[in-house]
Amino acid sequence: MKTFPKGGVHPSDNKLSRASAVEVLPLPEVVNVPLAQHIGAPAVAKVAKGDQVKTGQLIAEAAGFVSANIHAPVSGTVTAVEMQPNGQGQRQMMITIRREGDEWAEGIDTSSTLVREYALTPQEILAKIKAAGIVGMGGAAFPTHVKLTIPAGKKVEYLIINGVECEPYLTSDHRSMLERGEELMVGISILMRALEVDRAFIGVENNKQDAISHLTKLAAGYSGIRVVPLRVRYPQGGEKQLIAAITGREVPPPPGLPIDVGAVVCNVSTTLAIYEAVLKNKPLVERIVTVTGRQIKEPKNLRVHFGTPVSSLLEAAGGLPEGEVKVLNGGPMMGRAMSNLASPVIKGCSGITVFAGPSAFRRGESVCIKCAKCVSACPMGLEPYLLAKLSRLKLWERLESEWVSNCIECGCCQFTCPAAIPLLDFIRLGKQEVGALVRARAAANASRK
Amino acid sequence: MEILLYTILTLCIIGVLAAVILYFVAQKFKVHEDPRVDQVEKMLPGANCGGCGFAGCRGLADALAKRNDISALFCPVGGAPVMKSVADFLGKAAPEKEAQVATVRCGGSCEKRPRLNDYDGAASCAIASSLYGGQTGCTYGCLGLGDCVSACTFGAISMNPETGLPEVDPEKCTACGACVKACPKGVIELRKKWPKDRAVFVSCVSKDKGAVVMKACKAGCIGCGKCAKVCAFDAITIENNLAFIDSWKCKLCRKCVNECPTGAIRLVGMEPLAKEPKATPAQKPAES
Repeated sequence: MKTFPKGGVHPSDNKLSRASAVEVLPLPEVVNVPLAQHIGAPAVAKVAKGDQVKTGQLIAEAAGFVSANIHAPVSGTVTAVEMQPNGQGQRQMMITIRREGDEWAEGIDTSSTLVREYALTPQEILAKIKAAGIVGMGGAAFPTHVKLTIPAGKKVEYLIINGVECEPYLTSDHRSMLERGEELMVGISILMRALEVDRAFIGVENNKQDAISHLTKLAAGYSGIRVVPLRVRYPQGGEKQLIAAITGREVPPPPGLPIDVGAVVCNVSTTLAIYEAVLKNKPLVERIVTVTGRQIKEPKNLRVHFGTPVSSLLEAAGGLPEGEVKVLNGGPMMGRAMSNLASPVIKGCSGITVFAGPSAFRRGESVCIKCAKCVSACPMGLEPYLLAKLSRLKLWERLESEWVSNCIECGCCQFTCPAAIPLLDFIRLGKQEVGALVRARAAANASRK
Repeated sequence: MEILLYTILTLCIIGVLAAVILYFVAQKFKVHEDPRVDQVEKMLPGANCGGCGFAGCRGLADALAKRNDISALFCPVGGAPVMKSVADFLGKAAPEKEAQVATVRCGGSCEKRPRLNDYDGAASCAIASSLYGGQTGCTYGCLGLGDCVSACTFGAISMNPETGLPEVDPEKCTACGACVKACPKGVIELRKKWPKDRAVFVSCVSKDKGAVVMKACKAGCIGCGKCAKVCAFDAITIENNLAFIDSWKCKLCRKCVNECPTGAIRLVGMEPLAKEPKATPAQKPAES
C-alpha cells in the first residue's frame, strides 16, 4: 500500500465522530464574518452598517488575485463593520450581521437534487469558482482559483483529491465522502474539465474502509477517477506528502509548487464546494466542522454557516467539560489553541478539538539528548532539533541555509520528542524571521535595480 | 643519543626558517590601520551591546577615528563623559545627546489586568505574540514572558513576580535599545532621563477604543484626551485612542497626572501635585 517515503508519525486516530452523520446546526442569531479568512490580502467590505443582506450575497470583494470573495452566511441586517477579536484574541476586521429569517439571494439552488449536466468552458468554471470565494478547506485556506490557474508552459498530469484526513480526531471529510459521494464525483469531473486533465486520484487513508469501498463503487461510473487507498501515516494529507505518496514525485523546495511536478491537489470539502458553486450557483457560506474530544459528551459533525460562534458548536456537542480545558481550532497536531470562544467559524476551520484535565497541558520540557527521533520523523527531511536550536540562538542566516522555509509545520518533531521540547514553536518563529529576511532582501534588490 | 641531537637540530632549523619566512610575509601583507582605533576602543566601555548601531565597540571606534563629523555617533553605555574624552583625544567636536532610559509603558499588572487564559507554550514573547493575542483581554500590552530581560546584557531589567511586568533599574540601564528591539509588542521606549530618575509617562500602549480598554485593564489609557487639554507644553498627543507624552517636550509639571481618570499616567520619583481644593481638606486630616 502506498504512502510517502520520508518521516511521519502514527498517532492514534481517535476518530470519535466517524459514525455520526452530519447534523445541521440551527442558524445563529448574530454572525461575525472576518474579512481575512484566507491566505493573501484581506477582502474589502462592500456593505456598511444598516445594509440589508441576503444569504449568499457578496459582502466583501477579493482585494487582488491572491484573495477571495466573502458572501453573507445568513440574511439580515449589517450591524457593524469593525475590529473584533478572533479565535486567538487578535483583533481583525469583521462584518457583523443580525439574522432575520433565512432568505437566500436570487439564482442560488439550495435543494439537494443532484445536477450532472453542464456545458462550461474551463475559463467559465474558474470564473465561477473565483466568484464563489472558494478557498482550500483542508485548513490552509489558500484561494482555490489561484491554485487552479495553471502558469503558461506547465501542464497538469495528475489531479489529486485529498480525502486523507490524516489529522487525528477530525472526520468532516470522511463524512462528506460517505454522504455526498455522488456530488463529489461530479465535482471531480468539473475539476478535470477545468484543468483539462484525464486522470484523477482520490487519496484516502486505510482507516476509512467504508469511504474507500463507497467511492470505488461510485468511481466505476466515471472514466479516469481512481480511489487510492493509503497506509495510515501522519502527515499524509500534507500536499507534498500526498503527491509523493500517489505519484512518487517530490515537489522542489520553495518557491517550487506542486504544478512543477504536474500535480494539483484539492481537498474533498473544497471539491464539494466547487460542485455547488459551479452547478448550483451556491457561494461558499457553510462547511462541515467536527466538534470532538475525549471529554466531549457527543462528538459530532456539524454543518455550520460561517460566522457562527465556536461556543454554540460546543454547546451542540454537549458543552465544555468541567475544569481546565484547551480548545483547538483544528485537530490536535496542527490546530491552534483558542483564547476566545465567541470567535466565529471561518472557511478554513475543519474541526474544534477539546482537551480537558491533564491532557490540556504540555509535558514539562527537559534537555535534548540528541536521540534524533525528530530527524527521522520529519517528513521534509529536515533536522528539527538543529532548527529549533538555531532559532533560540537567533542565527537567522544559518537557519535559512538549513532550509527552515521547507518546514510544513506538521508538528511530527514535537509529537515524537521524548524531551517534550517545543521544537515547532521555535521553528515557526525562525521561519517567520527568515521569511522577513528574504522579503527584505528581495525588496532591497528590487530597489537597487 | 645522536638521533635525539639531530632531531632537535632539524626542528630548530625549520623553526628559524619558518620565522624568517613569516617575518617577510608579515611585512609584505601588513595591514595599515589607524593606531588611534585601538586606543579609542580601549576608551569605550567594551560592552559590545550594539546600542550604537555597530556590531560592537570596535566598529564604533573605527567609525569615530575615520569620520570627520562624529556628531551622529554615540555610545549610549559610556554616555556624554566617554564621548567627550574620545572627542578630545581625536580632536573632534564631541557629539551631544541627552541621557536616555528604557521605560516600560504597560501598567497591566496581574491585579489590574485579569488573566483570561494560561499560556502553555515556549516561554518567549516573540513566539507567544505570533501565536495569539495574549493571556489577557489586552492585545497590546506586556506579555510578561521576559524577552526584554534576556535581551539586556547589563542586567538592568528584571521581572517583578508580583505585577508580572518587567522593571528597569535606571542605574544599570544604558539605553542601548536591545530591549526595545526584543519586545514584539513595542511596549518599551527610550525616554529622556531626568535627574533623580524622575519621569512622567503614559503607562499604556493600547490602541483599542476606550470601552475595550476599560473591560480588559483597569490601568489602561482610554484616549479621553483630558491630559492633552491640560498640558501647557504641547507635549501630549492623542492618536489611535492613545495618549503619548513626548519626553523631550515634557517639563514634568505633573498637571496631566491628576487629570487621568484611569491612572494610566505614571509618575516616578516625585510627589503628585496637590489635588483640587475640594479634595485637599478631606485628604489632609486622614493622612495626619
